[in-house]
Amino acid sequence: MSRWLRALRTPVGMTGSGLLVLVLVLAVVAPILWGDQADAVDTDNLLAGPSSDHWLGTDSLGRDIFYRVLVATRLSLTLALLATVLGVVVGVVLGAAPLLLGRRSGRMVTATVNVMVAFPGLLLVLFLAVVFGVGATGAVLAVGLAGAPSFARLCQTLIAGVAELDYVSAARIAGVGRLRILTRHVLPNVAEPLIVNITIGAGGVLLSFAGLSFLGLGVQQPAYDWGRLMQEGLAGIYIHPLAALAPGIAVIIAALAFNLTGEAIAGAVGVSAATGFADPVPHVEQSAAPTPSRPHDAAGDPGLVLDVRGLTVGFPGPRGTVRPVRGVSFGIRAGEALGVVGESGSGKSLTALAIARLIEEPGQVDADRLVFCGTDLLGDPAAPASPGGEHDKLLGTSMSVVFQDPMTSFNPTMRIGNQLAEVARYHQGLDRKGAIARAVDRLDAVRVRDPERRARQYPFEFSGGMRQRAMIGMGLMGTPRLIIADEPTTALDVTVQAQVLALLKQVQREQDAALLFISHDVSVVREVCDRVVVMYAGRIVEELPVADLVDPERTDAGGAQHPYTRALLAAVPDMTTDLAEPLATIPGQPVDPAARPAGCAYAARCPLASARCRTEEPQLVADERGRSVACWHPGAPLGLLATGEVVATS
Amino acid sequence: MTTLTPSAAPPRPALSLGGRWPRFALRRTGRLVVSLWALVTASFLMIHFVPGDPVRAALGLTAPAELVASRRESLGLNDPLLTQYVHYIGNLFQGDLGESIQTEVPVWDTIAQRLPATASLAVLAFAVALLLAIPLGVAVAVATRRGRRRHTELAFAGSSVVLGSVPDFLLGVALVAVFAVNLGWFPVAGRDGAESYVLPVIALTIGPAALLARIVRIEMLAVLETDYVRTARAKRLPGRRIHLRHALPNAITATLTIGGMLLATMIASTVLVENVFAWPGLGSTIVQSIVLRDYPVVQGTVLVYGVCVLLVNTLVDVALAVLDPRSTIGES
Repeated sequence: MSRWLRALRTPVGMTGSGLLVLVLVLAVVAPILWGDQADAVDTDNLLAGPSSDHWLGTDSLGRDIFYRVLVATRLSLTLALLATVLGVVVGVVLGAAPLLLGRRSGRMVTATVNVMVAFPGLLLVLFLAVVFGVGATGAVLAVGLAGAPSFARLCQTLIAGVAELDYVSAARIAGVGRLRILTRHVLPNVAEPLIVNITIGAGGVLLSFAGLSFLGLGVQQPAYDWGRLMQEGLAGIYIHPLAALAPGIAVIIAALAFNLTGEAIAGAVGVSAATGFADPVPHVEQSAAPTPSRPHDAAGDPGLVLDVRGLTVGFPGPRGTVRPVRGVSFGIRAGEALGVVGESGSGKSLTALAIARLIEEPGQVDADRLVFCGTDLLGDPAAPASPGGEHDKLLGTSMSVVFQDPMTSFNPTMRIGNQLAEVARYHQGLDRKGAIARAVDRLDAVRVRDPERRARQYPFEFSGGMRQRAMIGMGLMGTPRLIIADEPTTALDVTVQAQVLALLKQVQREQDAALLFISHDVSVVREVCDRVVVMYAGRIVEELPVADLVDPERTDAGGAQHPYTRALLAAVPDMTTDLAEPLATIPGQPVDPAARPAGCAYAARCPLASARCRTEEPQLVADERGRSVACWHPGAPLGLLATGEVVATS
Repeated sequence: MTTLTPSAAPPRPALSLGGRWPRFALRRTGRLVVSLWALVTASFLMIHFVPGDPVRAALGLTAPAELVASRRESLGLNDPLLTQYVHYIGNLFQGDLGESIQTEVPVWDTIAQRLPATASLAVLAFAVALLLAIPLGVAVAVATRRGRRRHTELAFAGSSVVLGSVPDFLLGVALVAVFAVNLGWFPVAGRDGAESYVLPVIALTIGPAALLARIVRIEMLAVLETDYVRTARAKRLPGRRIHLRHALPNAITATLTIGGMLLATMIASTVLVENVFAWPGLGSTIVQSIVLRDYPVVQGTVLVYGVCVLLVNTLVDVALAVLDPRSTIGES
């Protein structure tokens, strides 16, 4: 209950409940206080405009409109609430039918409700108004019953949500009667959302009722509710528009009182109202101080297809900018395959997205140098990730990206062929026919069988492996100089993985393209790549040829030097792994980029960590063979690490 | 997700969607027929639900007994219920909706005369609502994505909630008071030329358009964050292409579903709005005949409204199937 009270203290809640109290008080006191004034006939002032005697003027019999609107509150509200109660009761009974009547009869009721819900409420109201006759009683029955199907639908949904829960099943097995299950176990659990929607529904019923009376099918003279007053006012709208508007405003205020109160409660108890006012979009805080752009160096090594120096990616967070990638540097030559390895959260995927210029605002990408095929990608002053930049053609045709999940990376509503053909149409000036022909040819090139037919299919008609082939084929629409593959086989079956990797390798060789291969799987990287960079907490901690990705216990100059790389290697089972022992894992959790400790980010998980590691961050240092490592104790013996009995020392 | 194996799909290249379309058409037609039957039966039973003698109620207590008896006879109310039902359905197939109790004018004539005014109003209002809501929703979604332009977003959210919650007939009265009575820009009532459409169409459009724009925006925001939109960005397509060809069709499912509901509601809302503007359509007819208890006219009119609603629902499903081929796969 305290949550409900808290709801009423929000601005929306205060407005809603305040209005609601006002309307309810008026409903009680207005007829007592002003009933006589509302019926008093002033023959001197027929259809008069506002005056000091009559604030809102008078109607055709000279009765005061202001008082009539106030007095009508009681009848309008009473009738609306009666109709709401009727609708809710019938609705709950219908909605609970599957539970009460068992499956078969329940399904009949459900089907009927579904047909009824498809018809607009007003049509049902009119239909029922015919049956029950014109007048207040008939209108209550009509509006109430017409509202029942939507309440029934709501109850069905809510009840279905709890009917399968364990304690309800338990009660059923224990032989508790159906009615008792409903009243004791189910209804109490759907009470909150039900009440919220009833409150909002009451506002809707109020409007329906006003509409019916406005049509002359509801309250009849001499009684009057707001709808009736509007109808009477409309006749004289030329002379006196306020007579029609005033009761209308009263209707809106009363309906708003119910709606706002309902919404406020919904917001506080975490119920989504059926009206869909909840906004699922998270609110991202804007960073107050954007990072100043560093002067960058657009020159670089002309032999490199991709030359990255000091790449950082930042996102504004609640406590300043968070940098999941900080100062990553590497280069890839044509025909070379560079692997990027690391755990989830190491920043490897963001690095790939940043290079592909796919980081969107409010994310910020910065680098000392980001040169692709001799073109400075950071030189574009336009919003970097938005289309329309000057590098669109270069990126669209020379850089191809293979994403992780082939099931979600194709547009489900477009044919595969069209999705490939787009590249040729927009960047290579081919017409529709030529572009499709090229798409079919490319599908053939990635060994999709029967490519003509396949090109006309939708993604959901492709298997995961086929989609990933098509994705690689999409990258072949242009002439890729760089292929970025972000965990391209993680989402695939093991049997398909090998085929897709082989295809990727083959394509890279044929095109003599550079390959940036992101993976958390060291063994896959070993197969595909020539060189590997190991990332941890947004930095490169080691760079080495894949030939050196060997036995983690080897500490001479040949093997991996960084304890993190060696831990990754130890976690890969091979033919000699003793299956009786538990597989090796890396103790602890990856570092949260928003709360990075001082010193080496890996120190907390590192068996070699010393005092220096916790205060001073090691820089990447290259050795004479061109390998580099960022560690204060590179290559030191790790002790028990490889046997699987990893001890967290810190 | 179903994945068709190559052998499961027929080799006809022109129908690469295989057997899904025929099955979809069959299922959807089946549902339409059942709904139509339910509607016709409800409309038939309406006159029998009325307590007492409906003809006596229609003609009043003072009407001579012979007149009541002859009307009962001509309406066939003395036959067994099943015979009446068979007749009713048989007559429907011949386009015969019966005659007015009050005036003996064939109901179909009245409907044929009045339907165009209502249909033109509803279709126009729906078209305007779509033309307003979809571009607005898309534009606001693209502009306010990822927490950009908070003020635009707040202004849009606030005004769309307020506009969406004002009922059309109240809006109609307010529009008449301001733009017809006070300013004199548009006629107060009646259907006479293009000008007379402006206020009723606005009254019908504003609320649904505001609601629909909200839905479009929320759906677009979700779609713009999907992997396939990122793929489209990676292809460096123009923004127009990404937003309209890649994102919008995927956001349209919910939009169309809600849009169909709104059109159905709009068809019903014309009853109220027509009464505000004294529009010579079916809405005035149905209200008058309810007051006069002219049951055959009410039956016929309700049937026409109901058929319109069902057709709208079917059309929405077909449109969904064209735009999003996954929806042709049978629902559980």
